[in-house]
Amino acid sequence: MNPKDLLYAETHEWVRVSEEGGRKIGTVGITAFALEQLTDLVHMVLPKVGTKVTAGEPFGEVESVKAVSDLYSPVTGEVTAVHSDLAQKLETLASDPYNSGWMIKVAISDDSSLKRLMDTTTYEKQCASEG
Amino acid sequence: MPYIYNTSDDIASMLQAIGVGSIDELFAGVPQDLRLKRPLDLPPALSEMELAQHLQALAAKNSHIGQKVCFLGGGAYDHFVPAVVDAIASRGEFYTSYTPYQPEVSQGNLQVMFEYQTLICQLTGMDVSNASLYDGGSAAAEGVLLAMSVTGRPRKVVVAESVHPHYREILKTYFASIGAELVTVSGASGSVKPADIAAAVDSNTACVLLQHPNFFGCLEDVGAIARIAHDAGALLVQSFDPISLGLLKRPGDLGADVAVAEGQSLGTPLLYGGPYLGIMACKEQFVRRLPGRIAGQTVDRRGRRCWVLTLQTREQHIRREKATSNICTNQGLFALRAAIYLAQMGPQGLRETAELCLRKAHYAKERLTSAQRLSLAFEQPTFKEFVIRDSDGRVSDLLAQATSAGYLAGIPLGQWYPHLDDCFLVCVTERRTKAEIDGLAEILSARRETAAPRPHTRLASVAF
Repeated sequence: MNPKDLLYAETHEWVRVSEEGGRKIGTVGITAFALEQLTDLVHMVLPKVGTKVTAGEPFGEVESVKAVSDLYSPVTGEVTAVHSDLAQKLETLASDPYNSGWMIKVAISDDSSLKRLMDTTTYEKQCASEG
Repeated sequence: MPYIYNTSDDIASMLQAIGVGSIDELFAGVPQDLRLKRPLDLPPALSEMELAQHLQALAAKNSHIGQKVCFLGGGAYDHFVPAVVDAIASRGEFYTSYTPYQPEVSQGNLQVMFEYQTLICQLTGMDVSNASLYDGGSAAAEGVLLAMSVTGRPRKVVVAESVHPHYREILKTYFASIGAELVTVSGASGSVKPADIAAAVDSNTACVLLQHPNFFGCLEDVGAIARIAHDAGALLVQSFDPISLGLLKRPGDLGADVAVAEGQSLGTPLLYGGPYLGIMACKEQFVRRLPGRIAGQTVDRRGRRCWVLTLQTREQHIRREKATSNICTNQGLFALRAAIYLAQMGPQGLRETAELCLRKAHYAKERLTSAQRLSLAFEQPTFKEFVIRDSDGRVSDLLAQATSAGYLAGIPLGQWYPHLDDCFLVCVTERRTKAEIDGLAEILSARRETAAPRPHTRLASVAF
């Protein structure tokens, strides 16, 4: 169910790493499992382009009808793009979390942060133990 | 809460229940050297009649505005309170009710909160209001914190010196623990100069905090200052006088992003300093950073109109340490009074009240300055308050003289503004009569055999 080409964080964010213009870019979102746990989303706060993010630190927040939860960055670097109208179409997240539900793109400055992330199989094991 | 003491039988049965033989045994864990080994040094108990007489004697030491003619303003005002406010607000359903967590049993209170918010939005020209905060000072501080949060600029705030000194003190207290810089812009000429604001605002500034009409009663150039703030990416937080909005443009029309006020003027008498009412409203885009309760309108499962607390994910019982503010209490009873007052006065009544304040204050300005030693400190247009300068520099004597003649003539300003040591702030509400204003003018202009001028001393009896 979870795409094989992504890396996953314990806190249920995913990252797709690609090369763009010689830079290593990480596209970040949250997983289908996280969305199911959060229930109906009503609001989202994302950072501005140029913001420095750190692996394991909050970069934004999602608000459901029950609670507000932090979004933790899976990578360290600088935000190069933000899916700014995502907050106006939160239903996109549930229907297509791994493509059109992307949140931010980060120019990764520190590769070591990637080593702490999980592959699909490991992540799905974690979900099974949490679910 | 009733005080019901324990009889010796009660004590014996409680000790028995926990298996302890005596009170001494119960407290055996308290070290000997920490124990008070003698009776408390208290006078003999009073009978009910003696107690009532004692408290009446203490209460009689207070002076109240029923005994003196009040020209004191500076944030709390002697406005008329229509009888309907007390008649409705003192109903047990409102007077004794608790926070409306359960909408199914709290529809009356939630509807009041919703109507209060609606009236505040109409009054201020803002999009959303909370269900109130503690008072005008804490509302101003929360307005600044909101601006720091939504702009992502937590390091610097610009405040006009003409904002109420108590409100600026509250900000200083908040800022002492959050490490932000508070830049104060001079109001030495009675209001702040937009150019001075422009010089102080930069790309790190979260907001400009302005009061209009300001602490001296003078009008500020709110529109120009709002543009300066916005051009720098900062917000404008405006503290306003609710009664002034019967005549003046609304904060929302002037470009304010957050409007805050002391709401005591709206249906609550002077109560020796409080409890009062904090009004706070803002533009819709900032609603998720607005502190305090918000009541919202919805429909129940049968489709009927009803009210609930809404957007509670902002609040500390859900968001814990990331809540917009620790404030979760509102002044429900005073918000109710404000709602009744505004509904009763209506736009026309509020306009007439504001016009009366304006005209009477301007009559008082003329009468008071006809005395040779008294003059206006500032030239700016004013609403219901103005600053008088005593050319003899003996403000405390002058005010004491007025107090002994039955007039609370004004607030000495030297305690907050050393350069205004020879000035005092006079307020004239719609409740002051021509005879009272003439009486004050006579007292203040009376020639007295005077001792040699002496340095200014603060006058405790008229400080507030």
